Order: sequence, then structure tokens, then C-alpha cells
Amino acid sequence: MSNDLLVLDQVRLDIPAGRDWRTLVENVSLTIAPGEAVGLVGESGSGKSMTARSVLRLAPPGARLSGRIEFDGTPVLDLGPRDLRALRTRRIAMIFQDPRAHINPVRSIGDFLTEAMVTHLSVPAREAHARAVRLLADVGIADGERRMRQHPHELSGGLLQRVMIASVLAVEPDLVLADEPTTALDVTTQSEVMAILDDLRRERGMAMLLITHDLELAAATCDRIAVMYAGRILEVQSAETLVQTPRHPYTTGLMVSRPSIDRVAHRLPVIAGRPVAAFEAGAGCAFQPRCTQAGPECLTGRPPLRELAGAHVACVRAEES
Amino acid sequence: MSWPLFLARRLAALVAVLLVASFLVYGLLYLVPGGPMAFLLGNRSGSPEQIAAIRHEYRLDDPFLIRYFGWLGDALRGDFGQSLVYRQDVSDLMSTRLATTGLLVLYATVIIVVAGVGLGVLGALRRGTVDAVISLVNSIFLATPTFVVGVLLVIVFALGLGWFPVFGPGAGLPDRLYHLTLPAIALSLGSAAFLARITRASVGEELRREHVETARSRGFSQSHIVRRHVLRNASIPVVTVTGLTVAGLIAGSVVVENIFALDGLGSLLVRAILQRDFAVVQGVVLVLVTAFVLINLAVDVCYSLIDPRLSPGEAT
Ligand SMILES: Nc1ncnc2c1ncn2[C@@H]1O[C@H](COP(=O)(O)OP(=O)(O)OP(=O)(O)O)[C@@H](O)[C@H]1O
Ligand code: SF4
Ligand SMILES: [Mg+2]
Repeated sequence: MSNDLLVLDQVRLDIPAGRDWRTLVENVSLTIAPGEAVGLVGESGSGKSMTARSVLRLAPPGARLSGRIEFDGTPVLDLGPRDLRALRTRRIAMIFQDPRAHINPVRSIGDFLTEAMVTHLSVPAREAHARAVRLLADVGIADGERRMRQHPHELSGGLLQRVMIASVLAVEPDLVLADEPTTALDVTTQSEVMAILDDLRRERGMAMLLITHDLELAAATCDRIAVMYAGRILEVQSAETLVQTPRHPYTTGLMVSRPSIDRVAHRLPVIAGRPVAAFEAGAGCAFQPRCTQAGPECLTGRPPLRELAGAHVACVRAEES
Repeated sequence: MSWPLFLARRLAALVAVLLVASFLVYGLLYLVPGGPMAFLLGNRSGSPEQIAAIRHEYRLDDPFLIRYFGWLGDALRGDFGQSLVYRQDVSDLMSTRLATTGLLVLYATVIIVVAGVGLGVLGALRRGTVDAVISLVNSIFLATPTFVVGVLLVIVFALGLGWFPVFGPGAGLPDRLYHLTLPAIALSLGSAAFLARITRASVGEELRREHVETARSRGFSQSHIVRRHVLRNASIPVVTVTGLTVAGLIAGSVVVENIFALDGLGSLLVRAILQRDFAVVQGVVLVLVTAFVLINLAVDVCYSLIDPRLSPGEAT
């Protein structure tokens, strides 16, 4: 037994597509220690959101989830409905990409913030209200009393995402799954919201899985980074060493094409070619069609994740690059 | 905008619509081929005294606008003139029938809303056999014309089993409701099936919304999610369809009234048109237009109560 908070071991997610199954996530192994922040980076469609949802068993209806997911020693995939709800209530919370879509538009901000406290933690409504106002202050919303009475359409995206963060803090979970928490916001508020999220979760000692397209953002915020492509993890390293010595050609590609100074202003098409989803990948290395380092040996089976000088890399030619 | 202002505006619009409608209803008499006199006389030969009486009754010698405002003023005081056929005040003719039709429509509306929303929600939440059965029953009800349903109900439950009276409106509220049960069911089945479809689609769509996923991720139970995050959000299309349906029922009640020999507003209107009883036509149409406009207002108020984005009271 490790003392990791979250262990993903060979996690695989397939969804039904007609008669067949479509693999969206494959062979994903990853750990998060208590209080640790891990970044999950990769292009669109690589399966980052599905991986995070798998942790809460929020996969699409009919999906097949296999492998081992262990949270604080409890096997998540074996939990009954009641225990699963308890896990979602108290221990793991998720922040979604688009707060406008992910917060009920017909209910007030106050309802959204106090709902979990009142329903799950049996906090009296008046106290829950006071707590929610304090939480709003924590996430930098000063006129909380007024905001509590407002509805989502009356708040900007940045404010709404702060509300979402406040709602997550309200239940004091051990792990926060943040799925591109700033992507839907306009550029000026992105860094503010990210800073608030990072500060508050550090203060409270919460672990975080931060999903993003942005390697630099992940490197600045997280302790460790996992790079994902076509439903698999291609590389895991500490944030520091990953930025200095990326081992996987895909990671290198993500870094080379990263616009340097004004990083938020333009998100360039990163690497030549189109990213593929897990079920679209051929038999060999999924990255092979776009890889500048590719050789004939890359087509014989999926390269496994192996240790290399403190890093974990899934590339047969990692030593050479 | 605040609630009082919102309501004031809506009421002003309501008055405007009624004014235009009343003008059209009244003016139509003068667009009829052959002019009002020919229309009012119809097949009747008309002695000079009768013609003079009609001219006097309808103030045909006054200028049009004066006649109109005179009529409108009377109508506002509840005086819609006299029926040519019945020789009775139109308002008296309408009041008992209005009660019958109103009760029938109200009864049918309750059935439609309860059955339609209930079955729709059930279908959306219990995909599989339950849903399939409900869908099948809905299709049957939707495809069966009201008069067929009405006749079948009479044959089975009134004539066959003898559980319900065959016709007549009854006296006193409980007895009236008893008499109106079969008519209300006949009137509501198709609409209830339609509302069930709309509800099922709307609830199904809402269940797949992102904010429902948020609620799931926060560990709320399915019943909590349905109550707090699905039903209210899904109710806008349901309210819209209910409003349209009720408006349609008022017109559609004619068929049912005929089958069950109920003397309602619909049958009064149809007969009045056939008999060229113009004062009655004007009165009934005005009442129907008022009902439509009020239903519309009710639907709009419901929107505002359901969705804060459509609410007048929002602070910005
Ligand atoms: N509900 C669904 N049904 C079927 N396929 C889905 C569903 N949701 C996502 N997918 C597919 O699964 C793959 C992985 O999706 P996922 O959302 O995990 O990617 P992602 O890495 O989060 O990408 P993004 O950066 O665009 O959010 C994609 O190819 C996507 O098309
Ligand atoms: S295994 Fe081959 S194709 Fe895949 S990343 Fe490494 S070098 Fe490129
Ligand atoms: Mg995603």
C-alpha cells in the first residue's frame, strides 16, 4: 500500500459505438499524493476530461470502465451507489471548464453555493448562507450578499468560475479535479482565477488534478505533470525537470511550439498534423504519424511507459532524442 | 423593469389586443356580402317592421364608429345586446354556457397537466419498458380523433358499464363534475399524450445538460437532481404547450359538447353562426378572444416565474 491519495492503475474507458466499443482512455496509470498538484496536459481529444470523469465515475452512459482506481485506499470502481455519492460529496470535487453551462441557470448563486452544505452536511440554511458569503470573499468576491441573490446570467464568466471554486471549497474535499478551469474565460481573468484556485487549495492542503492544454500553466502550478495523447499517458515527470528535459518527442513538440512571451494571446496549432483519439490510433506508437523522430521500430506495438532517469516515458527512442 | 411595471405593460397590451379584436369582430358584420341587413335577415323574409326593428337594434342608421363605440360601451357593462333568434339577452345566453364550457376546459386542463407531465417525466426517467409502453399508448391517443374517443367512452362507460351519465351538464358542483368526467377525458386524451411527449423530450434533454452533470459530480441523489435541477428547467416548453392546448380546448370543446349533449359556448357559437344570430356571435367571439389573451398572459407570467432570465424583476 502506498500513501498516495489517488491511484489510477491501467485505467481504460470504452464507450459503445454501434456494435463496437470505442476506446477513449487506455492503460492510464497515475498517482496523486495528498496535497500534491498534478497536471494533465495534452491536445484536444486526448482523453483528459474522460480520465478525470472516470475518477468520479461520471463516464457517459453505457461506458465500460476498467482497471483500478483507488482513492484513499478505497477501490472506486467497486463502490455501491451510496458510497459513490459519499465520495463525490465530501472527498473529491470537480471544477468544470464552462461555468455558464455547468451552473443551473434558473437557480440563484446562493442556492448553488449552499445546496451541498444544506443537503449533505446538514448545515442550517442561515449558517450555510453566512459560510457561502465568507467563501465568496475568499475567492475575491466582496459583495457576496448581493451576489448570493443574483442568478448566473447576471455574472461574468470569471465571477462564475470563482463561484464554482467557492462551491468546491465549501465541502472541503481532499482532491480537486479541475478540468480546464480557465479555458472558457477571457484572457485577462484567466491568470487571476488560476491564482485564486491554486492559493486556496494550497492553503487548505487539497490535492489537485489540473487539466489543461497549456504546458506552461501546468508547469507553473503543478508539482508533477503527465502528458497525455490518444488516451494514453506518454510521459510523467516533475514539473521542473519536464520543462528542462522533456523526454518524449510529443512533449518536446508541445514545448517548442509554445509561444514564449505573450503566452495567452495566441494558442498556436502545436504540432504538425491532427491529434487523434485513442480509438483512431494505429497499432504502433499512437504519435508516430506526427513524430519527427519516428523510425521503423515505432510501428511494432504501443511503447509501454518505462522509467528513464527519474522520468516515465512511453517512447522506444527516448534515449536518442 | 419591475413586476408591477411588467404586469401593467402586459395588461395594457391585453387591452389593446381586445380593442382591436372587438373592432374586427364588430366590423365583420359590415364586410359580409350584401351588407349587414341581408346578413341579419338571412333567410327570413323580413317585414318592414322587422327591418325597422333590426335597424334600430343594431343602430344601422348611425355612423359606423359611433355604433361601434356604443356597442363596445354596452359590452363593457356586460350588455351584448339581444339575440335575434332566442329573443334573450346575449349575456344571459352566454353565462350558463360559459360556466359549462369553462368547467369542462378547466377539468380537461387538470387531466392534461397531471397525466401529460406525469407520464412524460416517468418516460424520461425510466427508459426501457415503461417508456416504450407510455410511448405506444401516447401514439394511440394522439392518432385517435376526439369524437371517436368520445363515442367510445359513451358506449363503454355510460351505456355499457353505466358508471357515468350519458349526457347533460348536471346540477350543483359535484354532480356537474360527475357529468363532465367523460367529456373532460374525451377532450383531454390527445392533448395529454402530446404534452407527455413534449415533457419527455424536455426532461430527457435537461437530464443531459452540463449543470446536471455538476449536480451528479457533487453527489446529489437522482431524486434530488430531478426535483431541484431538472423539472423546473424543463418546464418552459411544457408551459408553452399547455397554454396552446388550453386555448385549443376552448375551440375543440364544440365536438365534445355535441357528443355529450352539453349546451356549451362552442355549440352556442356554431348555432349562432348558422342562424346568423350576430349579436351572439360577437359576444361569444369576444369572450373567446379574452380567454385566449388571458391564457397568453398566464403563460408569460409563468415564464417569468420559472426562468430568472425572463423575469422582469432582475436586478442588473
Ligand atoms: N460523450 C461522449 N461520447 C462519445 N465520445 C466522446 C464523448 N465525450 C468525449 N468523447 C470523445 O472522447 C475523446 C476524449 O475526449 P475528452 O473530452 O476526454 O478529451 P480532452 O482531452 O478533454 O479534450 P479537450 O481538450 O477538447 O477537452 C474525444 O475523441 C471525444 O471525441
Ligand atoms: S515511439 Fe517512435 S513514433 Fe512514438 S514518439 Fe517515440 S520516436 Fe516518435
Ligand atoms: Mg476536456
